[in-house]
Amino acid sequence: MSMPFYVSPEQVMKDRADYARKGIARGRSVLVLSYADGILFVAENPSSALHKVSEIYDRIAFAAVGKYNEFETLRTAGVRHADLKGYSYDRGDVTGRALANLYAQHLGTIFTENQKPYEVEIVVAEVGESPDDDQIYRLTYDGSVADERDVVAMGGEAEPLSTYLKEHHKPGLPLAQAMQLALKTLTSTGDRALTPEQLEVAVLDRTRPRRKFKRLADPQVATLLAAKK
Amino acid sequence: MTEPSFGRLPGAFTTPGIGSFADFLGLHAPDLLPGRRTPPAHHIEAPHGTTIVAVTSAASVVMAGDRRATMGMTIAQRDIEKVFQADEYSCVGIAGTAGIAIEMVRLFQVELEHYEKLEGSTLSLEGKANRLSTMIRGNLGMAMQGLAVVPLFAGWDLEGAIGRVFSYDVTGGRYEEFSYHSVGSGSLHARGALKKRYREDMTSAETVRIAVEALYDAADEDAATGGPDLVRKIYPVVAEVSADGFRRLPDADIGTVVEEIVAARYANPGG
Repeated sequence: MSMPFYVSPEQVMKDRADYARKGIARGRSVLVLSYADGILFVAENPSSALHKVSEIYDRIAFAAVGKYNEFETLRTAGVRHADLKGYSYDRGDVTGRALANLYAQHLGTIFTENQKPYEVEIVVAEVGESPDDDQIYRLTYDGSVADERDVVAMGGEAEPLSTYLKEHHKPGLPLAQAMQLALKTLTSTGDRALTPEQLEVAVLDRTRPRRKFKRLADPQVATLLAAKK
Repeated sequence: MTEPSFGRLPGAFTTPGIGSFADFLGLHAPDLLPGRRTPPAHHIEAPHGTTIVAVTSAASVVMAGDRRATMGMTIAQRDIEKVFQADEYSCVGIAGTAGIAIEMVRLFQVELEHYEKLEGSTLSLEGKANRLSTMIRGNLGMAMQGLAVVPLFAGWDLEGAIGRVFSYDVTGGRYEEFSYHSVGSGSLHARGALKKRYREDMTSAETVRIAVEALYDAADEDAATGGPDLVRKIYPVVAEVSADGFRRLPDADIGTVVEEIVAARYANPGG
């Protein structure tokens, strides 16, 4: 009888992490940045039907990069969790923090127990009454959570985009300027142009009534990009 | 079958293809569904809500409800709200056992929003009306013990650009009503009033006026329907749904309408 090869747990985890990172790096990028009235999401996404950014609950939105079927499962679970909680308790009791914890547990378990980890990176963002109350949680394929301030870049060229975004972002930007910064960031790594049709844009706008999430249509995005400082 | 491991989301959360919140509850937390409870063995005395009217015009559909809840011969509440926003383009008014009806409306509201978020599109008006049917059907056991819920559903049909009204029976039967309709204990009187005053070419202000006046007439004849309370400034709840979406009319506006109606009744008590 032959003995199976011994592979150390360190090696197993490293292989899985490499596998997940490679999968994520193949995809296009998503940016999340705070602006004066809330949180802006900009994804490079030519499809207008298959979303990378979605509404979870009144104040909470979800953004993802990586494998579509995997983050769609997470999004669906998030909506179910939030609606269940809001229905059993009260709408005000649904928080981004609880959702981030839930995702962390789920992703972490899948990372350690499954042969194949989820090839996803996600953001759970919650808009507050004031910019100080805004929360942005970034979760990676292994269930790690980071509590981010103001900006997140995920996906293909996450590191250079993140560096560029952090350098140029200022708290309290008006929406048009935040949108312009997002476009500059996405095009900063190569000399290519992006049109509004290639972008998926949404906001969590604290000035809106109950449901703060709103998608911005192409003409609205074009107007924001054309706005003067 | 292996047990789901610690930390992983239960299967119901990750099952694809379920757009309905009620169906999800059925898998994960069936005890939260109003229809899954064992009906009480005996008749129970609980607050009842009464009269709701809905009137359509070319521009909108208006729904109004009085503010009284009764329990036997007692007024259980004098400022209960029985007309609710269901989603951006529809509203629902409730008659019957208030507790169960309000729970049903909450579930219905979540159901519509849940579908919209998961599927990325809103249900058709018929789809919404049918979903409410299913919920009422689930309550039949309770209805047999005197805890019936009979809502009235109205909304703006974006495709046909018209306001539509749907009524129900306790078995979940769904019937589309044209022009106007009313449910609840005072509904016969309200419907009589609407029949005499309804015209096809009414403005939305006139529609509001005859809806509120129909409730006044219902309160005139039916003990379980509350008239406008001018002393406490408790007026009917009036909602309007049009192409611009749902709007609850401000109390101050309804106060003005009520005062006009009452002033007119001094001269002519029968309207």
